Amino acid sequence: MNTNKSAGKRSPVYLAISVTATILFWQVLSDYIVQNKFILPSFTDTVTAFISLYTAGTLGVDILTSLMHFAIGLGLSLLIGVPLGICIGWFERVNQLLDPLIEIIRPIPPLAWIPFAIVWFGLTDFSAGFVIFIGSVFPILINTYEGFKSVPRVFVEAGRMLGCTSSLSLIRYIALPSALPHLAAGFRIATGVAWMCLVAAEMFGVSRFGLGQKIWWYYNLHQMDNVLVYMLMLGFIGLFIDFLFRYGMQRSLLRWRVGEVN
Amino acid sequence: MGSVEISDITKMFTRDDGVEILAIDGVSLSISDDEFVSFVGPSGCGKTTLLRIIAGLDHAGSGSVLVDGNPILGPGPKVGMVFQEYSLFPWRTVLDNIAFGPEMRGISRQERRKAAHKYIEMVGLEQFEKSYPYELSGGMRQRVAIARALANDPDLLLMDEPFGALDAQTRNKMQVELLSIWNLSKKTILFVTHSVDEAVFLSDRIVVMSPRPGRIRSVVPVDIPRPRNRTAPEFATLRRDVLSLIEESSKQAND
Repeated sequence: MNTNKSAGKRSPVYLAISVTATILFWQVLSDYIVQNKFILPSFTDTVTAFISLYTAGTLGVDILTSLMHFAIGLGLSLLIGVPLGICIGWFERVNQLLDPLIEIIRPIPPLAWIPFAIVWFGLTDFSAGFVIFIGSVFPILINTYEGFKSVPRVFVEAGRMLGCTSSLSLIRYIALPSALPHLAAGFRIATGVAWMCLVAAEMFGVSRFGLGQKIWWYYNLHQMDNVLVYMLMLGFIGLFIDFLFRYGMQRSLLRWRVGEVN
Repeated sequence: MGSVEISDITKMFTRDDGVEILAIDGVSLSISDDEFVSFVGPSGCGKTTLLRIIAGLDHAGSGSVLVDGNPILGPGPKVGMVFQEYSLFPWRTVLDNIAFGPEMRGISRQERRKAAHKYIEMVGLEQFEKSYPYELSGGMRQRVAIARALANDPDLLLMDEPFGALDAQTRNKMQVELLSIWNLSKKTILFVTHSVDEAVFLSDRIVVMSPRPGRIRSVVPVDIPRPRNRTAPEFATLRRDVLSLIEESSKQAND
């Protein structure tokens, strides 16, 4: 049986076919049917735009700026979301105290925080980071909490019988490793949400650079080929981050999970 | 080392509807060093609860448990436990699971690896020290769990239906292995089981408990010399005696 042909191992032939067909279809559609560079720039238009943006050097600066916003937001989320999630997952009283507050704040869409982000932090990189933080902290918080809630009781009791008795060491040696798959899932969702919030946060002009900022900028200049270049960059970098994350997780942290899933 | 003095243990449970139920009623028992004692009885007789109280995982309503003269106030490395369900830490390899207890006691990495190796050898899983629990069969997992509990060198080993999830053949094999481990390491073992056959095969004494409230119905000494033959007439006689004691006590409880 083709048991080793899992979803992760796709044949590169199919990839090549589907990409080539899409590009051809796109080129024909824009050159012969739409025939308007403003409505739909063609593949070759986009490649040309990419080369000129790349050689001008702004693309690199935009990518770095966006990654910085992304890192500020996601870093803050980890710094706050994980410890807080551990506390409400492990200590029932903290849960009762904070759960109503979290449930009230959580449904507010992250983008609704943009006015306050600007009022509090001005048009700064941190302001963009803050909006990304709001978007990504809840998936991390909730998943950490769920992970700690669902630590099997027998692991905790086995740990206690073996001399792991304080709350701190139980968290460190039993609950945290046991909850790690949940944390990883939360982090992955958070990176997706953070990447989405990034575009919106940057559109409000918190800095002169950034992938989201440039999309709006070139839209105002009616240079839709450049807009498309930045859209595709957002897609590719998002894909790359997710790939890095999955690869890293599978290689190191979650080797023991292989037999648990499926 | 490893004498246990159980005196007048009672335990109440509060049901979800608020009614208090007497789970264990005045259980007293003396167990001497290196003795192998099994607890059998119909479900609801409180044998697992009693074991958990001795472990320090549950607290008795009244009464006390002394191990080597020291009262049990909570779980600790002097008392080891093997659980019914699979309790190995899935994120640790076999070796690191077994080394967990020594690690918690602050033993150096080298020392605790040495200790872990000794117990891996004792349960015959040298080839699997780098494996993760999911790669092991049920019987192998429970052998690792036994090795892990022994690695702290406890005076008393508690086992809560450790072979309950295994198939009959594996189970018989594990019983033989457990006896050889017991011979090598000389611990007091308290063993909760549903299987009278298992209790007769393993124990020095069998404690038969009756349900609602959990009490000691009788304590049956097993004088058959080891290694025991499951098909020998004296084995069958004893098994029948213990079985009828259990049946009687569960009938009384249902009346």
